Amino acid sequence: MDIYTNEGKKKLIKENTPRSTLGKNLVKSFLIGGAISGGGEALRILLLKIGVAEKQAPVYVSLTIVSIAAVLTLLGVFDSIARHAGAGTLVPISGFSNAVTSQAIDAKSEGLVLGVGAKIFSICGPVILFGLAAGVIYGAIYYIAISFGW
Amino acid sequence: MKRITELKAPAYFIASAAVGGREEWQGPLGGSFDFIDPSDSFGQSTWEMAEAEMGRVALNVALRKCDLSHSDIDVIIAGDLQNQCVASAIALDSFGIPHIGVYGACSTCTESLMLASAMLSLGSYKRVATLTTSHNLAAERQFRAPTEYGAQRPPAAQWTATAGGAFILSTDDEIINENRRRGLPVSACITDFLVGRLIDGAIKDGANMGAAMAFAAADSILSYFEESDLTPRDFDLIVTGDLGAVGSRILREILKEKLPSAVSRHEDCGLLLYDMSSKDVHAGASGCGTSASVLSTHFLPMLERGEVGDILFLSTGALMSQSSLLQGNSIRGVAPAVHLKSLTANNKRSSDKISAPCCNNDEVRISDTEAYEKQPSGSNAEGKPGYTRPDSGQISENNGESEVRG
Amino acid sequence: MITDIILAFLFGGAVCAAVQIFIDKTMLTPARILVTLVTIGVLLYAVGLYEPLYEIFGCGISVPLVGFGASIARGVREAIDQVGAFGILTGGLTATSAGITLALLLGLAFSIIGHGKRRNIPKKRGIRPHSM
Repeated sequence: MDIYTNEGKKKLIKENTPRSTLGKNLVKSFLIGGAISGGGEALRILLLKIGVAEKQAPVYVSLTIVSIAAVLTLLGVFDSIARHAGAGTLVPISGFSNAVTSQAIDAKSEGLVLGVGAKIFSICGPVILFGLAAGVIYGAIYYIAISFGW
Repeated sequence: MKRITELKAPAYFIASAAVGGREEWQGPLGGSFDFIDPSDSFGQSTWEMAEAEMGRVALNVALRKCDLSHSDIDVIIAGDLQNQCVASAIALDSFGIPHIGVYGACSTCTESLMLASAMLSLGSYKRVATLTTSHNLAAERQFRAPTEYGAQRPPAAQWTATAGGAFILSTDDEIINENRRRGLPVSACITDFLVGRLIDGAIKDGANMGAAMAFAAADSILSYFEESDLTPRDFDLIVTGDLGAVGSRILREILKEKLPSAVSRHEDCGLLLYDMSSKDVHAGASGCGTSASVLSTHFLPMLERGEVGDILFLSTGALMSQSSLLQGNSIRGVAPAVHLKSLTANNKRSSDKISAPCCNNDEVRISDTEAYEKQPSGSNAEGKPGYTRPDSGQISENNGESEVRG
Repeated sequence: MITDIILAFLFGGAVCAAVQIFIDKTMLTPARILVTLVTIGVLLYAVGLYEPLYEIFGCGISVPLVGFGASIARGVREAIDQVGAFGILTGGLTATSAGITLALLLGLAFSIIGHGKRRNIPKKRGIRPHSM
C-alpha cells in the first residue's frame, strides 16, 4: 500500500468510498419527476379546456410549479422532499424555484440589498446567464442564416 | 526532527462542558451533554449567532463546574468553523479573558488543547481554557448550500455537528489540590502531544472530507509510535476526531498494514455522536464540535471512571474553503495528537512518569463520583448544570450566564 | 387525454432518472447540471427536435429545465422574425420573463416573511429511533 503518493491515496479513497445506491434513487427520481411532469400536463390540458391560448398554457404550468416549489421551500419541506427525489425535483422548474427562494431566505440575515438581492442569483444566476448566452449564439446563427436566405 | 513534545508538567483537565443541539441530544451521548437546545437556535435569530451563544454557554457551564469565574482564566484558546473564527470572537467578548483564536477546521479541539497545555508548561499561566464550537446550519451556509436548498447528500457526506465543548486546564498543583478539596473531579491530564503535519488528502470532493483527513490521521499516529517509546498496546484507545465511516475505513486499512496493533484500539468521535443505526447521517458526524463534545461527554468521563488509562486523541481537520475547492485545489488534512492519561485508572504502564499531585490521595479519589453530584448545579430539575429539558424549547434565562454578561 | 398525461409522466420521469445517474456517477454539482440542461434545451430547439418532442410529450419536456432553454431559443427566434437582429438580444429574456420574475419576486417576498428552519437528520426506515 502506498499512502505517500496521490495515486496511492486516490486508490485507497476510491476503494473505500461507498457509491450511491443508484437503484432506489433512480426509481424515486423517476416517480417524483414523472409526477411533476404528469401533473403539469394534466394542468395544461385543463387550462386548454377552459380556453387558455395554446402558447400560454405551458407558461402557466411553469408558473404554477414555480409557485408551489417556492411555497414548499418557505414552509421548509422542499428539502425533505428533495432528499428523496434528487433529480426528480431538481430537474423540473421546481429546482430553479427552490434555488431562488432558498437562497433568498438564507441570505435574509445579511440584509435586503447585498444579502437577498445579491445572493438570490447565486444558484439561478448561472442558469439564466448560460441559457441567455446559448440563446444569443443560437439567435446570431439563425439571423445570419435567414439573412443569407439559407 | 523531534515531533513529540513531552510536557514538563502534565496539564490537568479541571473542568469540561459539552453543549449540543437536538440531533446531538437524540444521539447515544445525548444524556451526557451539559446543555441542550432542541431548537438549535440557542435563542438567537441567526445560525451564526446561535453558534456564538452555544460557545458562551459551554464556557459558562465549564466555569461553573469548577466553581471559577471568568477572571480566574488567564487565557482562552478558541476556534470554530466560521470564517475568521467570528463565532468564538462574538461569544467571548463579554468575558474579558485574553483570547487566542485558532483555526484547524475540525482539528481545532485538539489543536487548542495542545496549545493550552504548551502555554501552561511555560509556567506563567495558571488556568487556560479552550473552546471549540461548530453549528450545522452555520457551516452549511458557509461551506455548502442554503439551508432550505433541496439537494441529495452523497453517501460519503458527513453531518456537521451542532455542538461545542469547553475545557479548562491547569498545571498548578495548588489549584488541583484545591479542586480536590472542594470535591471537584480532576480526572485526566495531557502528558505529551504531537503537532500534526499537513498532508495532501488527494481529493477535491468537499463531500468526502473523512477520506481526505484519514491520511493526516495515519501520518500522526505512525509518527507518534515511531518516535515514542510507547506502542499502541500502551494505549487503551486511539481516538480520531471526525473521520466518519469512510475515513475510519481508510485509516484502518492503512493501520492494518503499517501498525496492526493500533487497529482494534481505534475509535472515531464522528461515529459516536449520532445513532448510526437509526439515523441516516450517511458517513457520520463532522465539524470541530464533534471531537470537543465527544471528548467531554464520553472519553473524559471514561478516563474519570478509570475505565481507560491512556488515550491518544487526534482531531482531524480538513483544510479547505469553497473557493479553494472551486479553483481545483485538493483538501489538506492535519491531525494534531494529544496523549490523555487517566488519573483514576489503575495504571501500571507508565504512571511513574508523571507525578500526579492528587493521585496518591485515596480518600479524595473515592469521593470523586459523589462529589460530582454535589457540584454547584444549574437552575433545573435534572441536577446537571444548565441542562434544560428538551421539550422546554428555549434556553432558560437563569442558567447563570447573566452574571458573566453583566 | 390520459395518454398525454402518461406520456408526460414517462418522459419527465425518464429525464429526471437520466440526470440522477449523472449526479450519482459523477461529481457534477446541481448548479452545473441545471446549466447543462438549459443549454441542452436551447440546442434541442435549435436543431428542431424540441417542437416535435413537445407535440408528443407536452409538459414531459417543457417542465424539466430543458423547457426553459427551449423557451429562450423560441423567444429569440420569434423576436428575430419580428424585429430583426435586435431580437437576438431581446427575445430570450422576454420569453422567459414571466417565470424568472415570478420566481425572483416570490423569493424576495418569502425572504421577508420566512426564515430558515432547523433540519433533522432523516430517520432510517424500519428502525425505531434511539429511545430517549
